[in-house]
Amino acid sequence: MSERAVWKSGVTLAVIAAFCTALVALTWQLTAERIEANKKAWLERSLQPALAGLFFDSSVSESMIIIPQPHNLPGKDAAIVYRVYAGETPVAALFVVSARDGYAGPIRLLVGVTMDGTVTGVRVLEHRETPGLGDRVETTKSDWVLQFDGHSLHAPEADGWKIKNDGGEFDQLTGASVTPRAIIKAIRETLAYFSANQEIVFAELPAESEGE
Amino acid sequence: MPVSLIERFKSGLWKENPGLVQLLGLCPLLAVTATFVNGLGLGLATLAVLMASNALVSATRRWIQPEIRIPIYVLIIASLVTCIELIFKAWFPELDRALGIFIPLIVTNCAIVARAEVFASRNSVGSSILDGLVMGSGFALLLMAIGAFRELIGQGSLFSRMDMLFGGEPMRGMVLAENGWLLLVMPPGAFFSLALAIAAKNAIDRRRKDARTPIPRRARTLNR
Repeated sequence: MSERAVWKSGVTLAVIAAFCTALVALTWQLTAERIEANKKAWLERSLQPALAGLFFDSSVSESMIIIPQPHNLPGKDAAIVYRVYAGETPVAALFVVSARDGYAGPIRLLVGVTMDGTVTGVRVLEHRETPGLGDRVETTKSDWVLQFDGHSLHAPEADGWKIKNDGGEFDQLTGASVTPRAIIKAIRETLAYFSANQEIVFAELPAESEGE
Repeated sequence: MPVSLIERFKSGLWKENPGLVQLLGLCPLLAVTATFVNGLGLGLATLAVLMASNALVSATRRWIQPEIRIPIYVLIIASLVTCIELIFKAWFPELDRALGIFIPLIVTNCAIVARAEVFASRNSVGSSILDGLVMGSGFALLLMAIGAFRELIGQGSLFSRMDMLFGGEPMRGMVLAENGWLLLVMPPGAFFSLALAIAAKNAIDRRRKDARTPIPRRARTLNR
C-alpha cells in the first residue's frame, strides 16, 4: 500500500467518523430532554405504589439522600432513602435496600415506612429469582408482597416476622421459601433502622446539594 | 421489476431468512424472544438499523477503499444503533427497559454486517434499502413468531404488555391460561423453539419439492 493510499484511507475514515459523530450528537440533542423527563417520571411512578394511601407532595424523587456504609440497613452498598413530605412535615421515608440472602443474587427492595413505623408498601425493584417460583414477589405475578402493608416493627413481634412454615405470621410462596425469608428479614431490618435513626434520615440536607 | 420484487421478498422472508437459514443474529434472537412484544420491539429496531446501515453503506460505497471497509461498516452500524437506542429511550422507555442490553447489542448482530458486505457495498441505494427491508422483515417476523410461540406455551398468554410499544395502561394481553410450561420462557426454551422453527421450515420445503417433482414413492426410497 503506497503512502498516498494510506493517507486516503485515513482521511476517508476521519470523514466518516466525523459524520457518524454528528449523527449521534444530533439524535442526542433531539432526545436528551425527553429521556431525562422519562427517567424522572419512571422513578416517581415506581416510588408511588409503596406510598399507598398517604398524602404527600409530588416530587418525592427530589428528596433523595444516600446513606453510605457502614449502616445497619440490609445490603452491602450505600442505601438510598427518599424522604416524603406533606408541606414541611415529614410523613414517611422510602428505603431502597437489598436483601442479600435471596436464592439468586441480591433482591432490590423498595420499602415505604410512615413516621410511626408502619409499612406503607413493599415493592421488589430488581431480582433474579426463579421464574414461576420466586418471581411471584412481583406485583404483576401475585399479591404476596402486599401482605406487609400496615405491619410494623412490633406488630408482629420479632418471632412473628417469619413465614408461617417457620412459625411466623406471613404467607410463604409455594416452592420458594428462601426468597420470602430474605425479603421478610430485610423489611424487618429496615423498620428497625428507621425506628432507631429517624433523626439521621430526616436531618440531612436535601439531595440537590449532595446527592449529585 | 414486480416479479423480481416478489422474488426478493420471498428470499428475505423465507429462502434466505437471516435467522432461519443463515442463522445470523442468534444472540438477540434467542435472548429476547420470551414474549411477542419483546420480539416485535427488537425486530423493528433491527429492521430500522438494517435499512439505514444498508442505505449509508451503499451511498458511500464509491469512496470507501476495500482495505478499510470493515471498520467503516462497524462505525456506521454502531452510530446508527446508538441513535436507535436514544430514540427508544425517548419514545419507548418501557420497551427499552425490557430489552435492556439487547438494543446496544444490535451492533454485534452479524446479519447487519453481512448485508452491508454482501449486498449494500455492491448495489444502488434504493436496492440496498429494499434489501434491508426484506432481510430485516424476515428477521423481525422470525423474532415475532418465536416470541408468540414461547409466550403462548410458556406463559399461556399472547400479546401481553403491548402497551410498552403503543402506550396506555399496562395490559396482560390475551390470557388463555394462568400458567404455562415454564421451560419455554427460560433460555433452553429459546433453543428448542428455534430448532422447531428450522425443522418446520425444512419440512415444508421438502414437502414442496416433493410435490413439484413427482417421483414414485418406491423409487425415491430406493434412490436413497
